[in-house]
Amino acid sequence: MACKMPLTPKPTTKRAGLLLVALLLAACSGGERRVDSGTRDGVLHWGNASEPHSLDPHIASGVTEQKILSTLFEGLVGKHPESLAPIPAGASDWQVSADGLRYRFHLRANARWSDGTPVTAEDYRWAWSRALQPELGNPFATMMFAIAGAEAYWRGQLASFELVGVRVIDPLTLEVVLNHPMPVFLQLLDMPTFYPLKRASVEQFGSATARASRWTYPGNMVSNGPFMLHQWQINRRVVVAKNPHYWEPGAPRLNQIIFYPTENTTTEERMFRAGQLHYTYELPANKLPFYQRERPEQLRLAPYLGSYFYRFNTRRPELADPRVRRALARAVDRVQLTERVLQAGQLPAYAMTPPNTAGYYPPAGAKAALSFDPAAAQALLSEAGYPNGAGLPPIEILYNTKDEHRKVAVAIQQMWKQHLNVDATLRNQEWKVYLDSEQRGDFQITRASWIGDYLDAQNFLEIWLCDSPNNRTGWCDPGFDQLMLETLPQAHSEAARHRLLGLAEQRLLDGLPLLPIYTYTSKHLVHPDLKGYTTNLLNQPLFKQLWLQRDAEAAP
Amino acid sequence: MIAPVARLITRRLANAALLLLVVAALTFALIHAAPGGPFSADRAVGAEIEAALSAQYRLDEPLSQQFIGYLGNALRGDFGPSFKYPGREVSELIAAGLPATLELACYALLLALVVGVGAGALAASRPGGLRDRLPMAVALIGICLPAFVLGPLLVLVFGIYTEWLPISGWGELAGDKVLPTITLAAGYSAYIARLTRAGLRDQLAQPYILTARAKGLGTAAVIVNHALRGALLPVVAYLGPACAGLIAGSFVVETIFQIPGIGRFYIQAAFNRDYTLILGLTLFFATLITLFNLLADLLALWLDPRQREAL
Repeated sequence: MACKMPLTPKPTTKRAGLLLVALLLAACSGGERRVDSGTRDGVLHWGNASEPHSLDPHIASGVTEQKILSTLFEGLVGKHPESLAPIPAGASDWQVSADGLRYRFHLRANARWSDGTPVTAEDYRWAWSRALQPELGNPFATMMFAIAGAEAYWRGQLASFELVGVRVIDPLTLEVVLNHPMPVFLQLLDMPTFYPLKRASVEQFGSATARASRWTYPGNMVSNGPFMLHQWQINRRVVVAKNPHYWEPGAPRLNQIIFYPTENTTTEERMFRAGQLHYTYELPANKLPFYQRERPEQLRLAPYLGSYFYRFNTRRPELADPRVRRALARAVDRVQLTERVLQAGQLPAYAMTPPNTAGYYPPAGAKAALSFDPAAAQALLSEAGYPNGAGLPPIEILYNTKDEHRKVAVAIQQMWKQHLNVDATLRNQEWKVYLDSEQRGDFQITRASWIGDYLDAQNFLEIWLCDSPNNRTGWCDPGFDQLMLETLPQAHSEAARHRLLGLAEQRLLDGLPLLPIYTYTSKHLVHPDLKGYTTNLLNQPLFKQLWLQRDAEAAP
Repeated sequence: MIAPVARLITRRLANAALLLLVVAALTFALIHAAPGGPFSADRAVGAEIEAALSAQYRLDEPLSQQFIGYLGNALRGDFGPSFKYPGREVSELIAAGLPATLELACYALLLALVVGVGAGALAASRPGGLRDRLPMAVALIGICLPAFVLGPLLVLVFGIYTEWLPISGWGELAGDKVLPTITLAAGYSAYIARLTRAGLRDQLAQPYILTARAKGLGTAAVIVNHALRGALLPVVAYLGPACAGLIAGSFVVETIFQIPGIGRFYIQAAFNRDYTLILGLTLFFATLITLFNLLADLLALWLDPRQREAL
């Protein structure tokens, strides 16, 4: 420990103090802002919420990890940065059989790993077999169950991965056989769990299924994306640098991206203001009015494929009656909530699925059936045996500790009091405690949200299956399960699928184990130098298309 | 003289070992009693995956067995893998965060001592005057103003309005260590200033000061050459807890300024239910605190002949 105190201070104590202050001030000669040097050198400074817990595509689960991984790896098929339509990536083209079950992908002959070796079909096959090893604890393994035999293999019921519907035809051709037609399968292919891996680079650092392997460290990792891992300083930064072997000429346009773990959103906003970041992961709600008023050109609000809702615990006697749940839902004025309380362009929601999810819209009558109507709500509550709220036990709203959730809960609490004479109390819990309460069913009403992994209504509806671990409400409708699990897989056309999904969502809204509140918006601060950035519903930028450039007149 | 000191050290170290055992047991019990586990997530991974993960990290064994296993490994210096960051050992994470935390603590301590002793001496040199009242008023504010208020305040003034200093990071941009150091040091320098002033007032009333003055020395010389050594005893006694507090308590400053130190890990580990990381860091902090208190006691022993005689 170098902490040593001056034991016999000399008359210089005061002078030393002055000297120190002078030194400190000298250290802060100002210097160039990080965004300025970044723009000059093609280095993007990106706020990325938190320290990635792993960069193994089969272990990582969060959005922050996914952002970094999407620069390092590339799946067979990518997504257009605006429309999210499938675009060629690791595969230059593909064919789908007439029955929609057989996909044949043609890999790019010039695709290379970051060590210069060619990317082959076997690299995909091997990676996918690894993704399905249960001991790895891959949270997205279930996404692969669309592939014939994948689920059985994951459950240990198949002896060999040879029996799963993934076949290497030749080094540049991969064939995949699905259980049933699934038009959204192409969308799944740019999720980390479907990335290829270079087997030798993984096995060089121990067992392929060891969670603690160090193959993902800088210098060890071999990847096939536009960037490669350059530096990983814990809690400080992850730096990815241009992969010189990337197949696309002129891509990526940036030289480096530096991801900062900015878990404190207030600090992140200050970093942005002080010229240390080109992009923020979030914007604290209380800063929103300032940017809307003063710097709208730096603020990016965009529709985001996520639903904010409340879960009703239908196992509780007071909430078991769907009429009570509907009364509570109809007493919530979502327009006032989104326009007055949240004020960030959120859309009032009257269903589980966000509108226009890949062309799917929730059932037409959903809005009318759940819209704000105090009279109808009171009538429903009376019918259920609680006229003017009399006799209804106190209701508690549980939410994880966060200012925005508290605001929404307070507003809803007031609406219920005002329109239904129902008393609600609020309880906030730290995140993991809240998750525990929710999963144990120890709640009446909880705040919840669901963010789409890919553009498809099924992604939002399947959490309401009877035995889904994400249902948590005790609501179980065998008719809904049958539609989702048995009828839906038989649908061969997009229109037929949407019709069936609509029927399932209607059943869900009739049962109403949830109180839809709003559809999310993504909120970011974006520096004017960042070019090529477009917003999309999944909030997934295509990093290889971004570049940095200072407009002549915008120079400060 | 050596023997009693050695005995003191041995006794204190034995106590420390016992204390660490109790700390480990309590922490272990508390974190396992806290609701939620390391693998619980909003997007539930499913019972099968959770079971596989629990088995891999031996969370399916009885708690007593887990604790004994942990102690056995810890005694061999193996604090286990982090649950949240697969592929990282707890000791590796501590080693990664320690330099920033230590550096921050050292700068803050130095600054606190220089400013605190300086201000305290200034105040004591003219009791009751403006030179006394002003530094003491500032010191009172320094003690009262918590880091999470002072930090953002400094950031606004020096980082955003004037843009003189960077507002986050550690060793990345020129001058980014200034604001965190000042924020962390403020409370400690204020406390040291008050301790110094009180100690000096006490010493200046002693007969030997009269002798010094009789020799014709000025106030400054009296204070610096004679009174300060005695006056600093309370400050020295405070150094142990201060050092420990600076290291263990820097998490607020680390969070405000995005400093990659162990304090930030501690907070994250608690939120993530990263059992091994919480345990490892708690034991590490406990060791530091006991060690610093011991060092401060030894330092006081060296400075104060009366304590030596009492031994």
